[in-house]
Amino acid sequence: MSTGLLAILFGAIFVNNILLMRFLGLCPFFGVSTRLSTAIGMSGAVLFVMTFATWITWGIYQLVLAPNSAILGGILPGGLVFLRTVSFILVIASLVQLVEMFLKKFVPVLYSALGIYLPLITTNCAILGVTFLVIDNNFTFLQGTIFAIGTALGFGLVMILFAALRERLDMAPISKSFKGYPIAFIAASLVALAFAGFASLFGISPQ
Amino acid sequence: MPGRNLNLDIVNLHGIIRPMNAKAGAAEASALEQPKRESNWQIFSKGIVFENPVLILMLGLCPVLATSTSVRDAAGMSAAVLFVLLMSNIVVSLMRKIIPNQIRIPVFIVIIATFVTIADYALHAFTPDLYKVLGIFVPLIVVNCIILGRAEGFASKNGVWPSILDALGKSLGFALAIIIMGAIREILGNGTLFKISVTPKAFQDNKILFFILPPGAFLVIGLMKAAVNKIFKREG
Repeated sequence: MSTGLLAILFGAIFVNNILLMRFLGLCPFFGVSTRLSTAIGMSGAVLFVMTFATWITWGIYQLVLAPNSAILGGILPGGLVFLRTVSFILVIASLVQLVEMFLKKFVPVLYSALGIYLPLITTNCAILGVTFLVIDNNFTFLQGTIFAIGTALGFGLVMILFAALRERLDMAPISKSFKGYPIAFIAASLVALAFAGFASLFGISPQ
Repeated sequence: MPGRNLNLDIVNLHGIIRPMNAKAGAAEASALEQPKRESNWQIFSKGIVFENPVLILMLGLCPVLATSTSVRDAAGMSAAVLFVLLMSNIVVSLMRKIIPNQIRIPVFIVIIATFVTIADYALHAFTPDLYKVLGIFVPLIVVNCIILGRAEGFASKNGVWPSILDALGKSLGFALAIIIMGAIREILGNGTLFKISVTPKAFQDNKILFFILPPGAFLVIGLMKAAVNKIFKREG
């Protein structure tokens, strides 16, 4: 895979879309995408938290956990890689709390727009998944940031497209057993098929 | 207030307080009103069919869709979930009286993450091929709604033995859903089952690749959910 920044950005938005191609963050996708306004709010909160979480977990991994890391490298040359899962989830959970308190106190406008979506994000596997992918792909700080922003934009794009679709699906005359989740899955299948057309766009291969 | 409704949704979404579906929720609420205790068999069996975490409650969808490209991968994922859910339920129920109520969720998360790390390293060491396919979905079991939901909703309130049965029932329900889905996708998309050819050669030459790709996963689970709704006469 090309490591150019543009390739990372477009790869994360279209080719390897986090919802439709990587299957991360499906709970909020199907839970919150029933109305356009909630889909936009959720996407904003994900963009915010995903970028912050990537910065902090990248820093923790490179400075503390990685083999020969900057801080513990002298004492523990093998690193503390096995603490990755535990530390990342705790960092994300506390980060979400901190962001919530910070926004409430200093940016009340943003808090009223995003606040109610923030608690949802702690157990959103998209956030933790992205922090793992950044480490697994050996991204630099800049590459990781672009990847996180691209992923969040891809998440928002699909959420908003899909919310518009679902508002119409509610009124569609369909069989009773297909109402709700089943038809949403089938619609997602068709949207995913459209996104599959982006494969090898800009020479980026799907993963 | 839209915020109020959404907060209820948040709780529902993660299955922590009550299952997503209103009917299942109502059933649980009526069960709470009756002081009668459930038998061990009921605790075990309801996770498999009537409260199937995937097909009825729609929890933990990410690994179901991502790792059901073949029966072997689906079985590997189920084994990892079984191990983590069983161990975390046991430890949470053993420690339920000493975990302070205010910090219980972080404590549960640390317990779950510990077993997820063990499962991750064990798969890496003993089944490297499988580990490669499952990829980040093994460490991501830590944010799987089913596991935290059972720790909070069941193991933190019940003894060790019911918690073991509950974990076994829920993980068998998860395994049932993901393995059926893996079988459908592997037969249609690859013409094989457990990597053994089960279809005529004419089909082998014209596999329906669609079912192995991500869009096929959404279609198969959509149709499975519709079939479940039809059988149980449910909606949504």
